[in-house]
Amino acid sequence: MRSIPGVAASESLAPESSETTVATVLCNNDCGGRCHLKAHVKDGKVLRISTDDAPDSPQRPQLRGCLKGRSLARFFANPNRLTYPLKRTGKRGEGKFRRISWDEAINMIADNLKRTLDEWGPGAVYVQYATGQEGVLNGSAWARRMMNLLGGHLGYYGSYSSACLSYTAPFITGYRDTNSYQTLVHSKLIILNGFNPAETIFETNSNYYLAQAKQAGAKVVVIDPRLSETAATFADEWIPLKPTSDAALFAAMAHVMITEQLHDQEFLDRYCLGFDEEHLPAGVPRGESFRSYILGDADGIAKTPEWAAPITGVETETIRRLAREYATTKPAQLIQGLGPQRHASGELSVRAGITLACMTGNLGKAGGGWGGGEGARKVGLPVGGIPTGKNKVQASIPVFLWTDAIIRGTKMTEADGVIGGSLPSNIKFIFNLASNTLLNQHADINRTAKVLADESLCSFLVVSDHFMTPSARFADLVLPGDHSFERNDIGLPWTGERYILFGNKVVEPPPECKNEYWWLSRVAEKLGIGHEFTEGRSCDEWLQQIVTDARTEEPSIPEFDTLRKNGLYRQDPQEYTAFAKEIADPEANPFPTLSGKIEIFSKALYDRHDPQIPAIPRYTAVPEGAEESAEERYPLQCIGPHSKTRTHSIYDQDEWLETAEPHAMSIHPEDARVRKVHDGDRVKVFNERGTLFIHARVTNRVRPGVVVIPEGAWYTPDADGACLRGCINVLTSQSATPLAHGSTQHTLRVQVNKARGGRGD
Amino acid sequence: MVTERRQIAFAVDVTRCINCKTCEIACQDAHRHGSRVRLRRVRTFEQGEFPALIVSNISMSCNHCEDPVCAKHCPAQAYTKREDGIVLHDETRCIGCRYCTWLCPYGAPQFDAESGCIRKCDLCAEELDRGGDPACISACPTRAIEVRWLDELRDAPELTMNIRNLPAPEVTKPASRYRVRKEARND
Repeated sequence: MRSIPGVAASESLAPESSETTVATVLCNNDCGGRCHLKAHVKDGKVLRISTDDAPDSPQRPQLRGCLKGRSLARFFANPNRLTYPLKRTGKRGEGKFRRISWDEAINMIADNLKRTLDEWGPGAVYVQYATGQEGVLNGSAWARRMMNLLGGHLGYYGSYSSACLSYTAPFITGYRDTNSYQTLVHSKLIILNGFNPAETIFETNSNYYLAQAKQAGAKVVVIDPRLSETAATFADEWIPLKPTSDAALFAAMAHVMITEQLHDQEFLDRYCLGFDEEHLPAGVPRGESFRSYILGDADGIAKTPEWAAPITGVETETIRRLAREYATTKPAQLIQGLGPQRHASGELSVRAGITLACMTGNLGKAGGGWGGGEGARKVGLPVGGIPTGKNKVQASIPVFLWTDAIIRGTKMTEADGVIGGSLPSNIKFIFNLASNTLLNQHADINRTAKVLADESLCSFLVVSDHFMTPSARFADLVLPGDHSFERNDIGLPWTGERYILFGNKVVEPPPECKNEYWWLSRVAEKLGIGHEFTEGRSCDEWLQQIVTDARTEEPSIPEFDTLRKNGLYRQDPQEYTAFAKEIADPEANPFPTLSGKIEIFSKALYDRHDPQIPAIPRYTAVPEGAEESAEERYPLQCIGPHSKTRTHSIYDQDEWLETAEPHAMSIHPEDARVRKVHDGDRVKVFNERGTLFIHARVTNRVRPGVVVIPEGAWYTPDADGACLRGCINVLTSQSATPLAHGSTQHTLRVQVNKARGGRGD
Repeated sequence: MVTERRQIAFAVDVTRCINCKTCEIACQDAHRHGSRVRLRRVRTFEQGEFPALIVSNISMSCNHCEDPVCAKHCPAQAYTKREDGIVLHDETRCIGCRYCTWLCPYGAPQFDAESGCIRKCDLCAEELDRGGDPACISACPTRAIEVRWLDELRDAPELTMNIRNLPAPEVTKPASRYRVRKEARND
């Protein structure tokens, strides 16, 4: 075996060599891990995948791939791969297509785009949220670049992953930041709320560092409605709270800390606004502080553990113990995953978590933590992307509301979260490139399907993907994309670790599978902006430019050819504590908020006078949340965590991964017993929005009253529209959170029955 | 210098195992057998009642037993035990009778319908002889699996093969050793 030599730009790695070559390749899914994978290739075929084989040490642990990355050789043997363009012949969503040539496909896109621009203007074109390619060369970046040269496109803000967190953080701490996981070894207590790196792989080595912290003696408490793999492995204590009740639990913990005088008053006085009456902003009447809310001074309801217990399902003694432990164990790190903020109450869990981190004096301290939510550490290497240019369409929608922008875009207002003025048009044309958001991953599939099926609303849908996904079935035109192993590309970790992976082209794509750049260049040509779009560059030349630009900012980054040859450029992992500079010297480094302080009380939010958007993290009950009575029609709360076998909906078709953990719904034995459901039974899960069939896993690993259906299964409707594969989004709701207008896809209620008469098998 | 024959052994720290199944898939990818065979499996055992549960994720392939019943009773003499204790199975001798699959208490040898013969963990012997690590070991994100000499592990108090839900080790004298939570120990 030999390693890949430096090969000239735009060539692939000896595609038909009869010797086995080994080269770094890119696993570019929407995943917090960015792992070092190597493809073993012979005779133009991927034989197998191996992982990082550099020396493994605690200072520089290898970047080992997960089961999904290790299964990637399977992709190339999948007989269902799309290998030529398809044009819809039946109704939208019916799945009837015929093969067409690339020439016809490119003409179709150009003609429809031109018609849309002439008739509706650039604001009618939407480049769908897409996370199927997280390399530098992703189809959406190319599409945005082209559209910006044609006058722009309707933009969006936020994400399906962290809308509430990213929208809320600026109000509280000015920006969003987190510790590096190297700091975990300093923590004596680690509280994980809805944080599950064992299954989400939030960073390549997140589990490695958690294991190290545990070995160093940290106590780990996991708050989660389910005993996740993270909880099962690392937790000394599992606290199964009811979904949507996080802010109530945190409020009761705050009550214990205040009444037992365990809180860090000095920290609060120095850094925070609005914890108590003495630190409210000017012009705010008495009684509005967080402390007053907790003690019940204003509403007469003290937020005691007794108040919180029925809401959260957590016993009073557990709440008291956790509050005391968190307040007295220093340093302690509260880490919130992104799941809690994908609820209808998503903004509040973020704000309440930060408040507790302040009350315990842990924010900004080594081994302490911010408590808001994970991701978005701004300390990665300065590697840019494809320059997309300036979008001249000013209006922008919250990402979760694109179906609304199809139906009533021009009527949407600031109340819907629209920024930058009114929409110039409803959405009429969608580029959906490497994305299953068009149907599968958006909420309320039945509503989405209805919107998409109506050709009088959005008149052209183009999808590029590897497989006939549920989204692709709704397209007017389906294009076969290339795989990251079939092009050179660059990958970067999400979370601020300092390394770059160079993904080599190791195999040739099937002849008609094309990178989006290839066909968008041809569309651009037809629309008269061909040269402006490509600047005469190949994909490799764009990559070279990106590396050159990065080197001007960070000269230690190697040159393109070296990076390509080595596959990985990595600096030693560093301990990084979020907000350390603001805490160390608040006068020199005020928090970039209105007041310069951490705003436990936000005047900006107070001035909205909206009970759904309180000035302080006040627990608010939500529809289909923890407080609805179990006697109602839909007695069970349902959540949709990530599965270890999928990156969202990617890999759902893979047999190896399915056998590693078959898709199933977890249900507590008591909830199963009253329904006469046994382990392995096929069950019907439904609410007013839809129905799915799935196998039941009867387990003590989920709290009573909650069922768990991992997200990402491919919507597979029967004749009545019930999903036979168990895609949770037939049950989820399109109602958005009050402040961020974010996804609420974990807040839903359902009923579960045993499937009868073989239905749904 | 080692004078006695030493037995190679898997040492697995279950308290670090996150049940991610990467070892399963890395093994499968390295061995390229039929897709219904899985030479390494992570089995999950739960004890206790909600919410006080003890979960043990036992990642296991062949235990390369000191007394391998598969080898003892194979009518085709397809099994051999190497100098270092690795139990190897020769597919060219295998007649596909599946006798070993009934004998092994751990389900290590598996019948591969696609090739018509038995497949079994070979501890990636070729890779090991080259100085590398078996696929499962180099894959594990929490570094929970190692290969060691059994004599180094025998007296380690935190390690055992007497584990709840697993067969008694006296039957085949498996060479593997596991670190599990005390509640999951039978000894």
